[in-house]
Amino acid sequence: MNYDIRFENVTVLGAAGKMGSGILLLTAMEMYDISMKPENKDKHYVLYALDISQKALPGLMNYVQDQLVRQGERKINILRANYKDRADLAYNSEIIAQYVKDVMSMIRPVTTIESAYESNIIFEAASENPELKTKMFAQINENSKLNPWFFTNTSSIPISFLNEKAKLEGRIIGVHFYNPPAVQKLVEVIKCDQTPNEMAEFVSTYIKNLRKIEVPSYDKAGFIGNGHFMRDALYGMMRMEELRKEMSFAEAVYTVNKVTQEFLIRPMGIFQLIDYVGIDVCQFIMKVMKPYVTDENIHSPLLDSMMEIQVKGGQNHDGSQKDGFLKYERGRIVAVWDLDKKEYVKLEEIATKCDPLIGNLPEVHKAWKVIVRHPNKNEELTKYFSALQKESGMGAKLAVEYQTKSKQIGEKLVSDKVAFTPEDVNTVLMTGFFHAYGPINDFIK
Amino acid sequence: MQLRRKIYMIAGYNTISMGSGRKEFNPRKARPGLEEYMTEAGQAVLKQIGGAKIVDECVVGNFIAAKYNNQGNLASFFPMIDEGLKYKPAIRTEGACASGSLALAAGIKSVLAETADVVLVIGTEVQNSMKAVYGADVLAAAGWAKERKDGHAHFFPGKFSDRAGKYYEKFGYDYTRQGMATWYKNAIENARLCPTAQEFHNTTEDLISVGMTKPNGRSFVDNLNVFDCSKVSDGASAIAIVSEEGLKKCGLTPKDAVEVIGIGQATNDLTKAPADHTKLDATAEAVKKALKMAKITKDDLATIELHDCFSIAGIMALEAIGFAEHGKGAQFVTEGHTARNGKIPVNTTGGLVGWGHPTGATGVHQAVTIWEQLTGRAGDAQINIPKNKPYALTINMGGDDKTLVSIVYKKN
Repeated sequence: MNYDIRFENVTVLGAAGKMGSGILLLTAMEMYDISMKPENKDKHYVLYALDISQKALPGLMNYVQDQLVRQGERKINILRANYKDRADLAYNSEIIAQYVKDVMSMIRPVTTIESAYESNIIFEAASENPELKTKMFAQINENSKLNPWFFTNTSSIPISFLNEKAKLEGRIIGVHFYNPPAVQKLVEVIKCDQTPNEMAEFVSTYIKNLRKIEVPSYDKAGFIGNGHFMRDALYGMMRMEELRKEMSFAEAVYTVNKVTQEFLIRPMGIFQLIDYVGIDVCQFIMKVMKPYVTDENIHSPLLDSMMEIQVKGGQNHDGSQKDGFLKYERGRIVAVWDLDKKEYVKLEEIATKCDPLIGNLPEVHKAWKVIVRHPNKNEELTKYFSALQKESGMGAKLAVEYQTKSKQIGEKLVSDKVAFTPEDVNTVLMTGFFHAYGPINDFIK
Repeated sequence: MQLRRKIYMIAGYNTISMGSGRKEFNPRKARPGLEEYMTEAGQAVLKQIGGAKIVDECVVGNFIAAKYNNQGNLASFFPMIDEGLKYKPAIRTEGACASGSLALAAGIKSVLAETADVVLVIGTEVQNSMKAVYGADVLAAAGWAKERKDGHAHFFPGKFSDRAGKYYEKFGYDYTRQGMATWYKNAIENARLCPTAQEFHNTTEDLISVGMTKPNGRSFVDNLNVFDCSKVSDGASAIAIVSEEGLKKCGLTPKDAVEVIGIGQATNDLTKAPADHTKLDATAEAVKKALKMAKITKDDLATIELHDCFSIAGIMALEAIGFAEHGKGAQFVTEGHTARNGKIPVNTTGGLVGWGHPTGATGVHQAVTIWEQLTGRAGDAQINIPKNKPYALTINMGGDDKTLVSIVYKKN
């Protein structure tokens, strides 16, 4: 079965979720491109958007439609060529409307799993729950006559575990998109021992067609992205607990968050990142990873405490940030949670107290958004970290130690055979987490 | 042809050219519309000429508010600007991007016909009501509708990309691009001197490198980059066209005014492709007529406002005027002759690339800029007007060298 034929019938499981909706959109666009090839003109393409939530499906359809309009606007030159023989479509507005119509006509919103029995490809983007995933895989696999391929978007569960539990005979591969899939360039790809090469090649073509960046990872819980992020977060929380001996909870959170953002020139601080991903999601990923990591304790009592009082972070449906360690107004941090007081403390109050303790940034410091596009990025960073090491402030010291630890985590991912190369680790952090530089570097001498 | 009466322009005003580039521009927030821009510009002129009571007639130039803003019948907006304009004759002119100059031409003709001594002229366009990809559909109406299907997604950039491609073929890619990049640099540097310019806030250091950006046909058009293009703009410009009597009625003197001493109009067949893509024939014709009527040559000009809807159009316009031989326009620009301190300063507040291009307003904006320069009102953008060269020229083009208006002005 060649690439085009396999795409004739596809199901996305958990399509109404955040990851599922993005994967649905990207897959629909890819299927449209395939359907537009002259040799495929008479073929019929079906994409099941499967979700258990009947309520969520209309919203999903609206989301996909809106996104297709935007994509159509961006791809207008290609679309005009696609419809060059349609005399009735002359204006960009008409052409984009037709594109949206044509893509939407392939998508079938459904709530029952039986539809998936017809599909050659099952994209799974359900919640990060091993039991749920394996149950669905097994059911589809048992009932389908097509020996479907399973692409899972898991960000942490070993593929071999899913393969064995669901008895898929190797017809599974990890295709881990980053959030939101429509925007983020990175896709981690994880084969298990039995995954046929043909499947990996197919996935490579798919990722290339989406103009995304593929990074392979060994089949180790957490893979590269969460492998680094969870350990980086645990280190941040550990440093926060240390600071807590001398300052309040909120002040310690503020300090570590500020240092990890500003002093490390990252797009956001570590506590903001935990909020962004969701405290609940982080807790869950750690729980999944823990049994597979024997030489480290991948567990955070702090996240447990936050979950006990239901301070969870994550995002609302409109993409706005929910409150977690930090409180947000229109995306900006306005207050910091204090676990002891069980309330948010105003940012200004904490900043006034903590900023003098944290100390100054070196004069050569440039903000993340400047560095990330800087033509001489590496030179600038070398200069910056060299100056940072000469600073005596608490913030600078913490930042240097933090970067050193981040590098160690990255190197251990390579030596533990999670990542194939140091470059892969750096690519994941730079494309999946928008870091301006990879953790494995020589900036700290 | 001769002008039978003295014609003056006075009391010009430009609103800000609003759109990407301006710090205050936010596409997601509500912005002023046609009503606000017309009111701002119209009232500013009325204030300078002593009120609406002496206005005999009003003209508004606008390309296509019916599509951009679902608004027609623009002439009826004049009484909104000032109650004193109620029941006065008013008309709206349309000739694509030359709509503004057609409004000026209509005003001039009314004064010549002695049906008016004071004409209030406004040009306006509000284009940021939709994304550029849909705006391209709207602007395509400046071409032949039957060509839309086979045209480029970005219809007009596509047309001038074709022209640029032919120019590259004939005269060399690097050579031409250098001229186009220099055009961009001049435009931005001049715009930085004019607070109403859309690129007034531009802080890019290496403008030539930006201007040299390699065109990418995949995302835009084959032979132009976005810096070669004029802006998508909202705004209005206004000026008064008066006779000698009108000038007196306004309580102003010839020193406050510029005199119109020549006007040339030329029209090309909308349904025909250019005979030679590397030439602007109708532009040449309109300029020739205007200079002839004014009884001057190009060498008498102190400054020019010309229609650089694309940098390549600017270069070809210089050749059409005769400042450079065919194919030498790019060199003329690269050598700095069109810079503000060059042989012939062109588009001293940035032109369409730097100041902005609220399509229907552009012709009037050019007249206002010339009025400012020749009466010493151009502020930081003021250039020296040599005593022996008290003349200036405007060229306003509708479509792809289809509807042309060129005007010669004299300092008093």
